[in-house]
Amino acid sequence: MTTTVLPRVTYVNVRHSVASWLLTKDHKRIGILYLIVVSIAFLLGGIFAVGVRIELTTPQGDFVSADTYNRLFTMHGVFMVFFVLVPVVPAVLGNFAMPLMIGAKDVAFPRINLLSWYVFVTGFLFTLTAMVTGGVDTGWTFYTPYSSSASNSNVMLTGVGVFITGFSSILTGLNFMVTIHRMRAPGLTWFRLPLFVWAIYATSLVMILATPVIAITVGMMALERALGFGIFDPRLGGDPVLFQHLFWFYSHPAVYIMILPPMGVISEVIACFSRKNIFGYSFVAFSSLAIAVFGFLVWAHHLFVSGISPYSAMVFSFLSFAVAIPSAVKTFNWTATLYQGAIWWRAPMMWVFGFLGLFLVGGLTGLFLASLGLDVHLHDTYFVVAHFHYIMVGGAIMGYFAGLHYWWPKMTGKMFSNSMAMLAALLVFVGFNLTFFPQFILGYLGMPRRYHAYSEEFQVLNVLSSAGASILAVGYSLIAAYLLYSLWRGEEAGANPWKATGLEWQIESPPPPDNFAVTPIVNEGAYEYSKREIKVV
Amino acid sequence: MLSGIPLFPEQASTLASEVDNLYFFVTAVTAFFALLVVVLVIIFAVKYRDPTGEKVGAPITGSIPLELGWSIIPFFISMAIFGWATIVFFHLVRAPDQTLEVYSTGKRWMWRFQHIDGQSEINQLHVPLGRPVKVIFTSEDVLHSLYMPAFRVKADAIPGRYSSVWFTPTKVGEYHLFCAEYCGTKHSGMIGSVVVMEPNDYQTWLSGGGGMSMAARGEQLFQQLGCVGCHLKDGSGRGPSLAGKYGVQETLASGATVTIDDTYIRESILTPQMKLVAGYGPVMPTFQGLVNEQGLMSLIEFIKSLPPSGQPAAAQASAAAPAAAPAQGGPR
Repeated sequence: MTTTVLPRVTYVNVRHSVASWLLTKDHKRIGILYLIVVSIAFLLGGIFAVGVRIELTTPQGDFVSADTYNRLFTMHGVFMVFFVLVPVVPAVLGNFAMPLMIGAKDVAFPRINLLSWYVFVTGFLFTLTAMVTGGVDTGWTFYTPYSSSASNSNVMLTGVGVFITGFSSILTGLNFMVTIHRMRAPGLTWFRLPLFVWAIYATSLVMILATPVIAITVGMMALERALGFGIFDPRLGGDPVLFQHLFWFYSHPAVYIMILPPMGVISEVIACFSRKNIFGYSFVAFSSLAIAVFGFLVWAHHLFVSGISPYSAMVFSFLSFAVAIPSAVKTFNWTATLYQGAIWWRAPMMWVFGFLGLFLVGGLTGLFLASLGLDVHLHDTYFVVAHFHYIMVGGAIMGYFAGLHYWWPKMTGKMFSNSMAMLAALLVFVGFNLTFFPQFILGYLGMPRRYHAYSEEFQVLNVLSSAGASILAVGYSLIAAYLLYSLWRGEEAGANPWKATGLEWQIESPPPPDNFAVTPIVNEGAYEYSKREIKVV
Repeated sequence: MLSGIPLFPEQASTLASEVDNLYFFVTAVTAFFALLVVVLVIIFAVKYRDPTGEKVGAPITGSIPLELGWSIIPFFISMAIFGWATIVFFHLVRAPDQTLEVYSTGKRWMWRFQHIDGQSEINQLHVPLGRPVKVIFTSEDVLHSLYMPAFRVKADAIPGRYSSVWFTPTKVGEYHLFCAEYCGTKHSGMIGSVVVMEPNDYQTWLSGGGGMSMAARGEQLFQQLGCVGCHLKDGSGRGPSLAGKYGVQETLASGATVTIDDTYIRESILTPQMKLVAGYGPVMPTFQGLVNEQGLMSLIEFIKSLPPSGQPAAAQASAAAPAAAPAQGGPR
């Protein structure tokens, strides 16, 4: 009797047509769809950043016109914030890995999951249209009355794009919350959940509660622009500072939407490559919730020089210091996790080390800005620009790459080149610091942000920054190169190349369409690495 | 200036060193924690390295004393920074009683400064050494922000409201003046300089312009716009007397109280029905469109200069009295 060995059926090869991808309800495929769109947005945002850095190598505004420059930094911000940072970890890694990590066959509402991708793409296309038909020049913060009454650029189209995209966040958050509540495998209690799932849960909470506010705010701005409603423009009887309150009521929690999921990734990867329990599991888990809750109470620290009363500034300064504590607790716990570990230096872990260094600087410089007496001088200078890039790129994007490298073998079944990946992590770390560290000094010297031309004494530091950005660009391109190459020539990864504990590593790579043939039963915590063998270093 | 990399901005006001000391303290504290964590991470990563990936780590799950320690200690340190920074902030935002006032309006893309003695200038601000200066400003269009790094002060210019910054210059020289809130095409061109002069040079500079003082121009407007018909000095008119009212608390028709300040006067001229003083009818028409930002500022300066009724109006109409500013005390 002869038998032919058929290739194993996976979520990738179960169907091949384009329609099978575009109409899929499989959370893993939807994660890949997000990965594609987010990567395009990251590339676009990156190209805009290159334009900004080239312009700033000389004090004169000589590379592009002032109007073009204003569009460059605005489009950089809009694409990076709304189409990369907000969705990148929850929608790409969360969609792919979270249901696997809790032993589920899919998310609770697979059709809504696909819908949220389409909503996301629709918003993206609106913003893309705004970009190719002339761009927008308000800054990603859309401050009124400039955005509602003065700007001649495509504010409406961009606003509609951001408005629509918000619904994608809300739907995803809702879907994940229900999934985590209802679809955990038997025995997978809350305190056995991987910390990535906790982080996704906390993020979903913020997405559901905060995102409607940005939709309403952008909506009101559009009503004023189109129909002359007097909400924000004082000439029409409005209050421009009201916009800032509403905008930051979303956009400050949004920072936590961006950073909490990468923090969850860090917990997974650091436990795996230290071969240890995470230190202080419940403290790390609850600090995510604390950040999610306190994150709603600090928005006015963006308004210390915007004419709010000094006493309310005091309250918001106090709360901003308070929200720093849970982040500090997480950092100390991650550091302690390394103690007496068996640390395996593989590429995902290098991104974690990078994350720790950069997030630390980003978090600590937040203390400068929370300090009222310093923020008066530092507000709207390059110090702020450096600070939030350390959090969002140094923290969120490094965390995303840690996760992408960690789950890449699971997603694709292929291994990338470890040495190339370690080199890329090093390049990005060095390039990043060279780009953004000089900006702290520029900020204290008094260079305002969003300046097309600047005073000569700021040039040396700006040249350093642009030089760093070019190293950063090489680093990011390298990642794209070896990851794509691995799809074609990568070694077979096998089910569990990192010898990790999570449920997602107990099934083949890439996983079968229905994830688990038999529903797994869980009887221990998420990171019981030290129980596996008796030998201890 | 390509010879070296500058690290710190010039200190040119009494508060600059106060801000810088706080900055150095926060830098020291944060650098200590950053180094602590980085050094620990490097030591652990090297010391416990396992090249094989086969071994497992020690079964440690956590420690309550450590968790409490690294929550509570950072909390107290951050509260120390909070306290210090708040004290510095109140020094920055609370101007002393006796200041030399300068009015300013920002509009795309220039700053106009109006000295109370009548001089006005564009994108340049002349101030005397050693005297507290308060700049009171608003915007005529979108948001701007008046930023003078050498003095470590900044505040947003918001259309429809007045903001202020104050500083006491300590060094003669010329310093940057920036717009720090994005305002469109030439945002980075909305810059200028603050010129700090020896008091004598400043007096010479002031007297060079001539023209009418802001209070005198305000009085002229007060006549032209017909305000004088109702706001009689002795309080017998259809509107309240304005004499000596600046800085005073008034009860409104709604029962609320309000302090008569720049913003309240401005509102009362543009939207007079909104906050009526108790005892007066809603008879005043709006002056929206009839008086511009400079006119409003002159009217405010005129009302400030009015002594309580019964006393002679010393300050008004003194068009050529350049040194009058410090003599006008009172809560500002």
